[in-house]
Amino acid sequence: MSRQIQNIPASSNKSIVQRLGGQNVVVFLIVVALFGFFCIVSPNFRRYSTILSILDYSYYITLIAIGVTFPLITGGVDLSIGTGLICYSLIGGYLVVYQGWPVWIGMIVCVLCGAIIGFINGFLVGTMNLPPFLATLCTMMMTRGLGSICSTGLGIPWPTAGTEGGWFRTIFKLNIGDMKLPLGFLWILLLTALMSFVLNHTKVGRYIIAIGSNKEATRLSGINTKYIYIAAYVISGTFAGLASIAYSAIFASVYPGTGAGFELEGIGGAIIGGVSMTGGVGSITGTLLGVFVICILKTGLPFIGLQANWQQIITGIVLITAVLIDLSRNVKGTKSITTAFKKR
Amino acid sequence: MGEIILTMKGIDKTFPGVHALDNVDFELCRGEVHALMGENGAGKSTLMKVLTGIYKKDKGTIIYDGKTVEFTNPREAQQAGIVIVHQELNMLGHLTVAQNIFIGREFMKGIRIDDERMNVEAARLFKRLNINIDPTEKMSNLTVGKQQMCEIAKAISHEAKIIVFDEPTAALTESEVNELFEIIRDLKKKDIGIIYITHRMDEIKLITDRVSVMRDGAYVGTLISKDSTKNDIVNMMVGRVIYEEPKTESKVAEDAPVVLKVEGLNAGKLVRDVSFELHKGEILGFSGLMGAGRTETAKAIIGADPKESGDIYVNGKKVEINTPEDAVKCGIGYLSEDRKRYGLMLQRNVAENSTITFLENFMKGIFIDNKKENNETEKYIESLAIKTPGIDQLIINLSGGNQQKVILTKWLVRNCDILIFDEPTRGIDVGAKSDIYKLMNELVKEGKSIIMISSELPEILRMSDRIIVMCEGRKSGELRIEEASQEKIMHLATLRN
Repeated sequence: MSRQIQNIPASSNKSIVQRLGGQNVVVFLIVVALFGFFCIVSPNFRRYSTILSILDYSYYITLIAIGVTFPLITGGVDLSIGTGLICYSLIGGYLVVYQGWPVWIGMIVCVLCGAIIGFINGFLVGTMNLPPFLATLCTMMMTRGLGSICSTGLGIPWPTAGTEGGWFRTIFKLNIGDMKLPLGFLWILLLTALMSFVLNHTKVGRYIIAIGSNKEATRLSGINTKYIYIAAYVISGTFAGLASIAYSAIFASVYPGTGAGFELEGIGGAIIGGVSMTGGVGSITGTLLGVFVICILKTGLPFIGLQANWQQIITGIVLITAVLIDLSRNVKGTKSITTAFKKR
Repeated sequence: MGEIILTMKGIDKTFPGVHALDNVDFELCRGEVHALMGENGAGKSTLMKVLTGIYKKDKGTIIYDGKTVEFTNPREAQQAGIVIVHQELNMLGHLTVAQNIFIGREFMKGIRIDDERMNVEAARLFKRLNINIDPTEKMSNLTVGKQQMCEIAKAISHEAKIIVFDEPTAALTESEVNELFEIIRDLKKKDIGIIYITHRMDEIKLITDRVSVMRDGAYVGTLISKDSTKNDIVNMMVGRVIYEEPKTESKVAEDAPVVLKVEGLNAGKLVRDVSFELHKGEILGFSGLMGAGRTETAKAIIGADPKESGDIYVNGKKVEINTPEDAVKCGIGYLSEDRKRYGLMLQRNVAENSTITFLENFMKGIFIDNKKENNETEKYIESLAIKTPGIDQLIINLSGGNQQKVILTKWLVRNCDILIFDEPTRGIDVGAKSDIYKLMNELVKEGKSIIMISSELPEILRMSDRIIVMCEGRKSGELRIEEASQEKIMHLATLRN
């Protein structure tokens, strides 16, 4: 029996990625390489203003990506975050712009709306046993419609910098004299650290990983999985709420009917960052790095003369590669005659 | 036995860091049933994977039907007439029996699949094998035993000359086993060579002609089945004496306190009016055929499946158990028959799997106290002798016996006093089996109480203090170990209303 262990030396289970120091290191290297590549190829790219704009446009995607990592790790998905973030921004913005509510209340409303939709998602998935794809597809449609109704179909301009209530934009970009500081990046780093901690060192985080690893075994271990699903989706929704603030702060106006597709960039980022679609595996740091791969591509490709369409194709290719890496890891993990057969 | 159909000589296979097969020889004749035995990890499966082209060998020759062959994938092997009947069946539940048998080589009528012809062909095949299955039946409606027969039929339809059975009886009831053996004897007569991988000693004499034993990736030797004793084989397999101590009388007093009492439990078709008592320090065996409702009873007790009616008392107090969460709070832990599906988080490590039931106990404020978690896990790794390189090893890398011990750990961590072992040694090799038995006996000595569901009669007879036999969802009898015998249990197990 002692042989059994020698039988499985740690190396036999390691993919190339793991030998290079884990997915996080690899994705980090990709981020650096991409950034370096664009800097070398395009002189316009190596400007402070470009870095600023990469960061500006990354905040809301990063936030929804951090949030959606939790449902993804349970083995589910949250499609409602993209249209959701627009919806929350419209609701909050409507209250601020047309009802004269203070901006800080509007922001709280954004986050609360996100949490409520997240709760509904979690309830549908955990308690009513709807497949996550279906449940969140429904709330995706609902938030889309809801946003249009609340804003009466009009775009909503959150207060601009310098006007009353415009202070909230400095949360993400602080102007000191002529110098613009990407303050938002600091919040992103703090939130990444916080949510990493939640995922790895709290009970909720552990149970979310447990459900993604084996839902039935977790349930039979005496854990009330219903609450855990609700927790995962509330986190996702809350981060969509935070993302809606970031979105409102970066863009001049928010328009109803937009937002579809954001969720895919968020999910894509998480997957590039090593989150497994089958659940149980993933990290918040990885997600952050994964989003930056997408954001750098998005900002950088136009600089070398490739249009938005190309950017999507290349993002797609990057995603496929990431998923293939994920799959190869899974196959290595669960090798058996049957899977080996199916692989052939 | 006919002429030699297969010779494997000096087969060598190395994986990174592991010498999986070390100069292995194997030989098979036409019309022979040749058992291949060895502990898990001894190299049996690897050898078969080399034979069927799933793995490429490093050294050695394979001579099949007079020619040197080297298959590069299982399809080639199949076409040449070497087929494996897997332990875990690869059946498509939503398709019919005939559609499953002819999958990948459907009969066509123009662009349309000719289902009628496939049904006719399948029926002819079944008739040839004396199997009674309706080809138009949906695969998912068949019992595991029948599904396996379909797999055999599929193998035959490939004009197989060699069939490899990988633990075919692991999931079968006694009567299904007998049916299977009939078929195997029939295949022998048709001059088909059969390689028979098994962990069950009693099958060696029943069905096989020769037995080859492997240990630690090496070939140990071959015996003529009828001239060998169980001890010969076991000694070859483990190279050491194993723990054997059958129970002849119960040491639990009749008036020992009742820790669990179930009254009039009803849940679906397979749990009808089940009542029993479990005493402190007792191992209560649950015997019966597959589908008798034993697992279902366990699942209803722990609230994993909904129950219609019935009362449960723990330590004399009536309790409401509607979810597994409630059961755990009452101190009832369930070790599933299907460890991978219902027991473990395969891609997580030993510590995480061990403490999942009682994280409350490992918290420092809102954070998990990893140090405490690791210390506690280490303690159990030592006391249960779990073979693992460390607490951070992923569960998937442990052997079946050690996985079972980790599941046990998680219930011990939770201080559960009532443990339900569902098929505690399924898929676990001989050496580890005795470890598990020893542990169970130690647990009851410490005052825990165990319900043991098992399809293996020798296991039931060796371990139980009392035995409850179920048939078609009902409790059909109860025996004390002193009065129990295989015959009596089988009689009760088939005692239909």
